[in-house]
Amino acid sequence: MYRYDEFDERVVRERVAQFRDQVARRLSGSLTEDEFRPLRLQNGLYLQLHSYMLRIAIPYGSLTARQLRQLALIADKYDRGYGHFTTRQNLQFNWPKLREVPDILSLLADVDMHCIQTSGNCIRNVTADQFAGVAADEIEDPRPIGELLRQWSSLHPEFSFLPRKFKIAVGASENDRAVLKAHDLGVRVVRRADSGELGYEIHVGGGLGRTPMIGKIVRDFLPRGQLLAYVEAIMRVYNAEGRRDNKFKARIKILVHEIGLDAFRDRVEREFAAVGVAAAQDENEELTRIAACFAPKPYARLLARSDSFEAAKALNPAFADWTESSLHPHHVEGYAAVTVSLKPIGGVPGDMTSDQMRAFADIAERYSFGELRVTHAQNLVLPHVKKDDLFALWRMLAKSDLAADNAGLITDIISCPGLDYCALATARSIPIAQAISTRFADRGRQRDIGPLQIKISGCINACGHHHVGHIGILGLEKRGQESYQITLGGDASENAAIGELLGPGLGADDVPPAIERIVDTYLELRNEGETFIDTVKRLGVGAFKTAFFVGERNEAA
Amino acid sequence: MKLLDGAGVRADDYERADAARAQALPAAIVPYAELAAAPPADGRRRVGVEVPNTVAPDQIAPFFGRLSLIAVGFPTTGDGRGFSLARRLRRAGFRGVLRAVGPLIADQFPYALACGFDEIELPDSSAQRQPPTQWKRAGAAMTLWYQQGYARPASILEQRRLARQGGQNV
Repeated sequence: MYRYDEFDERVVRERVAQFRDQVARRLSGSLTEDEFRPLRLQNGLYLQLHSYMLRIAIPYGSLTARQLRQLALIADKYDRGYGHFTTRQNLQFNWPKLREVPDILSLLADVDMHCIQTSGNCIRNVTADQFAGVAADEIEDPRPIGELLRQWSSLHPEFSFLPRKFKIAVGASENDRAVLKAHDLGVRVVRRADSGELGYEIHVGGGLGRTPMIGKIVRDFLPRGQLLAYVEAIMRVYNAEGRRDNKFKARIKILVHEIGLDAFRDRVEREFAAVGVAAAQDENEELTRIAACFAPKPYARLLARSDSFEAAKALNPAFADWTESSLHPHHVEGYAAVTVSLKPIGGVPGDMTSDQMRAFADIAERYSFGELRVTHAQNLVLPHVKKDDLFALWRMLAKSDLAADNAGLITDIISCPGLDYCALATARSIPIAQAISTRFADRGRQRDIGPLQIKISGCINACGHHHVGHIGILGLEKRGQESYQITLGGDASENAAIGELLGPGLGADDVPPAIERIVDTYLELRNEGETFIDTVKRLGVGAFKTAFFVGERNEAA
Repeated sequence: MKLLDGAGVRADDYERADAARAQALPAAIVPYAELAAAPPADGRRRVGVEVPNTVAPDQIAPFFGRLSLIAVGFPTTGDGRGFSLARRLRRAGFRGVLRAVGPLIADQFPYALACGFDEIELPDSSAQRQPPTQWKRAGAAMTLWYQQGYARPASILEQRRLARQGGQNV
C-alpha cells in the first residue's frame, strides 16, 4: 500500500489549512457563493437536499484497516454513524457541517487521506480494478500508475478549471473490471506480443450521463515513461477546445465525437510532440519508487488446494454458497481474493455502519495483511485471504452482517443515492433497489438466474451506471411522478456496450414485476449454461420486448 | 480595475486604446482585432494586445517581436482556458509580460503565475471583496507541488530525486 512520504504529507496538511482559509473567506463574504463553489467542490463538498455531503477519495479503491477505523471515527463524531461507498470507489458522508469539515480533513490527513478533487471540473479520483495486484490474469499491478496520476493531477495549476469533470481509471488485464471504457480516460497496461515490452493502451472519450459513449483507443501502445506527457497533451487539448457553451456537451467525449477520433488524435499527438518526453527517465524512477510501496505481501507457501476449506464447504452448504459468489482467483497459490457484499437483502447498496467498519478493519488485519479494496460495484474486497482461513472469516463476517452471499448475482445491485439524498436526482433509487432485492431474496432462485448486473440511477447523470447494466434502470420525473426507464444489454466489461431502451417508463411499483418478467423470459429462452447478458446479446432486446409488453397488459388487466 | 503581481498591488501603466491612439501613448493595450494595425513596441513605446482565450497561439506568434505584453481574457472564474493559452504562448517563445484579465480569485493566483502569467488585472467588484493580503496568503498556501516544468521552484519529484542522489553520495 502506498505510504505518504514527507512531501505528500505536507501537501495534504497545507491543503487542509488552505481549505480552512477558504471557508473563512466564504463566511466573511470575501468570496461569493459562485466563487466558493468550485473551491468547495474541488474539496469534495457538495450541497445536497438536506445537508452538505463530503466525498472522501479512496485512490484506486485501496484502503488500510487503519484508514477504515479513522473513517468509522469520523462517521461517529461528525456524521450519523455510517458512510456510503460510491461507484467511483469513494466514500460519502451525508451529514457533515460546513464549519466542521476542516477538522474532518485534518483527521483524514492523519491517515494519508484527503478529499482533493472528488468533485468539481477537474481531474477526479483515479479508480482501478479492485483486484489490482492480486488478480491471476493481470500483467502487473496498475496501482502505481494510479498513484502517479493521483499525484500529478493533484492541485494541477493548469487543469483545475476544465470544461467539466474528468475521470480516469486504470487496469492491467484483458478482463476489464474497472469500466475503463466508460471513463474520460482509461489506461490499460499492455504487453507487446512481439517484443514483450510493457506500455499503455489509452482509451479516451468514454462516459455515461446524458450522452453515453464507449471510449475509443487513441493510442494502442504508449511506451513506459511517457504517460504523464501524453496525459498532459490530452488534457491541454481538452482544456483549450472542450465545449464551454453548454454544460451537457462539455465532457471530452463530446469533443472527440464532434471533431472525430482521427482529428482528436492528430491534435493530441502534435501537442505530445511539443510537450516532449524529456522527463521519461524521471517518470520511470518515480514509478519505481511508488511501486516499491506495492511490493508483494509476505505470503505463506501453501498448496493450491486447501483440505480444510474443501471439508468446510462439504459440511456447510451456506458457506459453500457464499464461497461460490465471493471468491476470485489470487495469483498466489493457496490464497483467494474475497468480495464482501455490501448488499444485504433489502439493504441500502454500499452503506456501511461505523461498527461494521471497525469490525471489518479487525478482520482485514487478521486475514488480509490489513488491506481492503472498494469496488465500483459498491462492495468491498479482502484481497489476500488464505483458503485455510475462509471458513473462520465467513463466520466473523456473519457476526457483523457482512456475509451476504450474493456478489455478482441479481440482488448485488448498484444504486446511486437518488432522491433520498441527492440534489440532482429526479427519482428515488435506493427504494427501487431494495424492492428488487427483496423480491429476488431466495438464494436458490438467484443462483439459478446466475450472473446478472442491475444498475440504477436516479437521474440522467448516471452515477449508478445504468447504461452499462445488464438491466439498467433510470429514474426520471414525468408530470410530477417518478417514472423508470428500463434498458437491456448494457455491459460494463471489456465488451462494453450501452443498453437499449425496452419500452415506456414505469411507475415505481411496476419496476420489480417488470424485472421479474424480463428474468422469466431469460430463463425460458436461455441455452444451457448461457448467462443473462449472452442471451440478450444472442436474441436482441426485441425478444424481451414482446414479453415485457404482454406482461404489462396482463398485469394491467 | 486593480493590477496585482507577485509582489503585490501596482499601478497600471497601460491604457486601453485602438491602434491609432496607441501611436500617441507610452503604453497601450489594443484589442485583438487591431493587432495588425498597432504600432510596434520599441524603446520608447510599449504595446500590448488583449486576446480572447480561444485564440490560437500561432496566430499571435508572428507578432511576438512587436509586443511587450499579451493580456489573456478570463471571462469567468471557472473558465480555465487561459491557463493553457499562457503555457502555449510561453512555449512558443513569448518573453514579454503576460497578463490575466478577469474575475479570478486569490486561490487561482499561484496557478496563473505557474502557467506563465506575470500579473492579474481584476475587475473592481472582485478586488473590493478580496484585499491584497488575501492574495498574498493564497499565493503562499501551498509550498509544494507535484507537476514539473511549470514556472515555480523544484517539484516534489525533483526534490525526491535530489534527496535520493544526496543519500547515494553520503
